[in-house]
Amino acid sequence: MGPAQSAGLAAASDVTIAQSVPARSVRGGWLRGVGEYLRPQEPIPRQTYLAILIASAGGLIALWCVVTYAGLVEPLFLPSPTAIFRSGAEMTADGSLLQNAGASLYVIVTGWSLAVVAGVPVGILMGSFKAVEALIEPMIDFVRYLPVSALIPLLILYIGIGTSEKIAVIFIGTFFQLVLLVADVAAHVPREQIDVSYTLGASRAQVIRRVLLPATLPGVMDTLRITMGWAWTYLVVAELVSADRGLGYLILNSMRGLFTDRIFVGLLVIGGLGLGFDLLFKWLHRRLLPWSPKA
Amino acid sequence: MAPPPAAAVVAQSVTSSFPGRGPSAGGLKLSLRDVGVAFRARGGREIVAIERLSFDVADREIVSIVGPSGCGKSTLLRLVAGLVRPTTGEIRLDGREVTVPGADRGMVFQSYTLFPWLTVRGNVEFGPRLRGLDPAYCREVAGRFIQTVGLVGFEHAYPKELSGGMMQRVAIARALANDPEVLLMDEPFGALDAQTRVFMQELLLDIWQKTPKTILFVTHDIDEALFLGDRVFVMTARPGRFREEVRLELPRPRTLEVTMSPAFVDAKRRVLGIIREEAGRTMGLDGTHPDAAASA
Repeated sequence: MGPAQSAGLAAASDVTIAQSVPARSVRGGWLRGVGEYLRPQEPIPRQTYLAILIASAGGLIALWCVVTYAGLVEPLFLPSPTAIFRSGAEMTADGSLLQNAGASLYVIVTGWSLAVVAGVPVGILMGSFKAVEALIEPMIDFVRYLPVSALIPLLILYIGIGTSEKIAVIFIGTFFQLVLLVADVAAHVPREQIDVSYTLGASRAQVIRRVLLPATLPGVMDTLRITMGWAWTYLVVAELVSADRGLGYLILNSMRGLFTDRIFVGLLVIGGLGLGFDLLFKWLHRRLLPWSPKA
Repeated sequence: MAPPPAAAVVAQSVTSSFPGRGPSAGGLKLSLRDVGVAFRARGGREIVAIERLSFDVADREIVSIVGPSGCGKSTLLRLVAGLVRPTTGEIRLDGREVTVPGADRGMVFQSYTLFPWLTVRGNVEFGPRLRGLDPAYCREVAGRFIQTVGLVGFEHAYPKELSGGMMQRVAIARALANDPEVLLMDEPFGALDAQTRVFMQELLLDIWQKTPKTILFVTHDIDEALFLGDRVFVMTARPGRFREEVRLELPRPRTLEVTMSPAFVDAKRRVLGIIREEAGRTMGLDGTHPDAAASA
């Protein structure tokens, strides 16, 4: 292509650009503005982000207020914010909310902690040593596809319907997933980081203690956070099947009396506790592992 | 046609106007005799990564190794490090056979291998601390090498706070803090941008000038190989072996000026010629490579 031709082409494309600009602005301001925010993966201004966020949350709450206070839906299906707040206050005052939340917390923290204490070492061994992987992978791969809810009848038969059974449900629900997740974390410790330790004079025991273990910490921390989230699901399932206390029991019991507002209180408390744990783990991650790239 | 056997390595003196290999090149440090590595791939097919490699490296010599990817140059370093056991032959360092990794052979990898949970100082003193040396002494050693690589003021920084070039400087300091007999460098500057890379090459030569070490330096950057090395080995792929040795008798200390000298340009022309020929062969352009049909 000669220089004259390419110059002509450049001029031509200049013209198209010049034409397209007014054409677009004619189509109107705000629509184009929205288009600006819909480019895949393109960051948007923080203020805009926050504005959309607040509008979304506020809009939802506003919609809820409108449909409940205006009587557009039966309070039986969707109670108003004040109704929920009122029963929440009642349940707090008579101590039932605290008692149920405490019972659930006890079960979830105990079951999950046992799973962590047992599962993290097994996971690290499994991810680090191929022999251990071959030894336990068949069992774990089988059990983890069994929904823990399917095991509840068996657990009731073995252990009964008390607190221990709930703890067992949480343990089984989280242990196998935890082992696999931690094994994955350990298996992804960069090989070169281990090799370089040997060339720095580390013995095998030193490599494990001083390199492998610290290297898994951020991943393990993430795994703890994720499995804690899942544990809430298992807890509620266990408490719906058989319980005389706990947040799952509270929800089920409220449903029997058609106390929809109480169901919502239970849901809000579960959501709040779950969110609280999530934030706690994120805070711990930043606090305990300041060197982690994710911190 | 099979390529010429490894024994037919041609030692070529590019120029003889400057005597010596460096300020203090000494006696025999490292020797490889008939070293070969074969892996068994899935399906039982044997893959020869390195075939009957023999060479000697003098004390305080810098040997660069270039070659196409997959030619086994990284495997060669891992052999000397003791991370890979040779299938045939033997490797000797100061007369002792190498069988396991050890602190006497420090390694710097291309990927960032700093320990993210340790600060710059923690990383550099990692080796001395492993040996259970007095913490105050370890700290002093670390401080000295942090100064050597120009990172004073960053002692308490974590790797995530450092740039790629700074991380590799820490990796070099960490390897040097063990006072190794041999420094094995596997494309250590390969992930850095061009400017940082040149800076790191000059820094490495500067460090070598002050505390000369025997260095095996693997790279695919021909300029880098020639700028740093007393000798440059050109490797061929599949199986990996030495095709040619180019000796560079350029004066030390070297500055970037040296890369403009006729001797350097001559050597570069030679190495480029060999690599081009090899590339043609491995890509099957002349149809002589035994793997030409398989890899196509």
